[in-house]
Amino acid sequence: MTVDNPPGTARPAAGRPPGAGPVPAHTGSRATRLLGIASLVGMVALVVFGLWLSPPDTQLGETIRILYMHVPTVSAAYLAFVITAVASVAYLWKRTEFWDLLAASSAEIGVLFFGLTIFNGMLWGKITWGVFWRWEPRLTTTAVLLLTYLGYLAVRQIPSDRRTRGTVSAVIGIMAVVNIPITHKAVDWWRGLHQEKTIFGTVDPDMRGLQLFSAYLGLVVFLLLFAWLLIHRFRVAWLAERVGDADLDVAIAERRAEGAQVGGGTPS
Amino acid sequence: MIRGAALMAGKDLRLEWRSKVGISQVLPFAVLVVLLFAFALDPDRGVLERATSGLFWVVVLFSAVLTVQRSFAVEAEDGVLDALRLTGLSPAAVYLGKVAALVVQLLVLEAVLALAVAVFYDTTFRGWPLVVGVTFAATLGIAGAGAVYGALAARLRSGNTLLPLLLLPLLAPVLISATRGFEVGFGREAGPGWPWAALLGIFAVVYLTLGAALFRPLLEDT
Repeated sequence: MTVDNPPGTARPAAGRPPGAGPVPAHTGSRATRLLGIASLVGMVALVVFGLWLSPPDTQLGETIRILYMHVPTVSAAYLAFVITAVASVAYLWKRTEFWDLLAASSAEIGVLFFGLTIFNGMLWGKITWGVFWRWEPRLTTTAVLLLTYLGYLAVRQIPSDRRTRGTVSAVIGIMAVVNIPITHKAVDWWRGLHQEKTIFGTVDPDMRGLQLFSAYLGLVVFLLLFAWLLIHRFRVAWLAERVGDADLDVAIAERRAEGAQVGGGTPS
Repeated sequence: MIRGAALMAGKDLRLEWRSKVGISQVLPFAVLVVLLFAFALDPDRGVLERATSGLFWVVVLFSAVLTVQRSFAVEAEDGVLDALRLTGLSPAAVYLGKVAALVVQLLVLEAVLALAVAVFYDTTFRGWPLVVGVTFAATLGIAGAGAVYGALAARLRSGNTLLPLLLLPLLAPVLISATRGFEVGFGREAGPGWPWAALLGIFAVVYLTLGAALFRPLLEDT
């Protein structure tokens, strides 16, 4: 019984005793190691530039430093949900495991980044407004969409056969992404009645020099991190499916052996 | 396809009329929540009057979850879904029929609810055209999204407990728009109300189109 490697990783080490069970190879490859190192180094650079080298903003003051993380996390999350939707469409069309697992992995990381976005948005709120939560349009939209995608992940947790799970979650992945602009519009109009300082929007920080550099650096670093996490998450999901297959094979083989024993009429 | 949808809607409504589940279970639940809100928000302090339009639509959403569940529970039993596929109706027709039946049931519910709110919360419904327009557009959107999620929840093992988590965040823009539209209609809030109705209309069109397209894989994958 062998475990197929996820696409893009090295073959498992030879010489593993046969029947040792599904011991998956690691999910790393040369490309992902480079990606991982690049995002770690970039993260350190972002901390240095964001917290020390760049000057505070004239309007936002020191809180502008939260933007260097806030904008990248929310951008990566939206990218993740678009990937989920595209992969969902591709799954309904091609019906291959690749697209199903890609959609699921991307949604999971999108939820993680959305959670981070709400967290650093709340930190910004505590400093700026004195409270963690106000019904600021962007934060409100993010919270609603986070719950939408928690529903998506909950569906993936329900034990069901792969085709049902794939179809149902693909439909949700498509519906949810279409809802993003509608939710944005509704929340914007709703809160437009009481305009106030928002994280980005009404207050448009006039970024220059090192501030602008830090903002773009943050974007690049978090996109690298996102790609790195996504590839690994996808490979883990792929291996988990293979382990499921292997367990099924073992169970079938055992039942067959039992049947043969009973059928053979071994004397007791 | 229209004929198929009409057949489907007729079947659902006949079933509902004979079983009386909506009338004997969902309607009393909706009125009960109207009363519960009065207990939760002291009726003497004017909170109820100010919050009426929001409370109205929250009750509609909760009742819609129940109605959607019921609408697909009858299909999930005894392999009815397979039988439906054998009838040769197109999935889009089945979907639109389901939506039409849901719309009729929800409109009845909203009429009763409006009456209950008028009596218990002392609401006067002014700005009729806007209120009716908002109601129709919102109901179409709720039914359009509800039918898709009802169908997929019926396919999952713990789908019934999951349905509210899946459906309600999706309907958050409907709640916002319908509530604001009512506020303007009631004259509590200044400003144009029709953009809200238009947003609800866009929501309805988007979800009806998506639902008609996505119902085939939902129906045919078993």
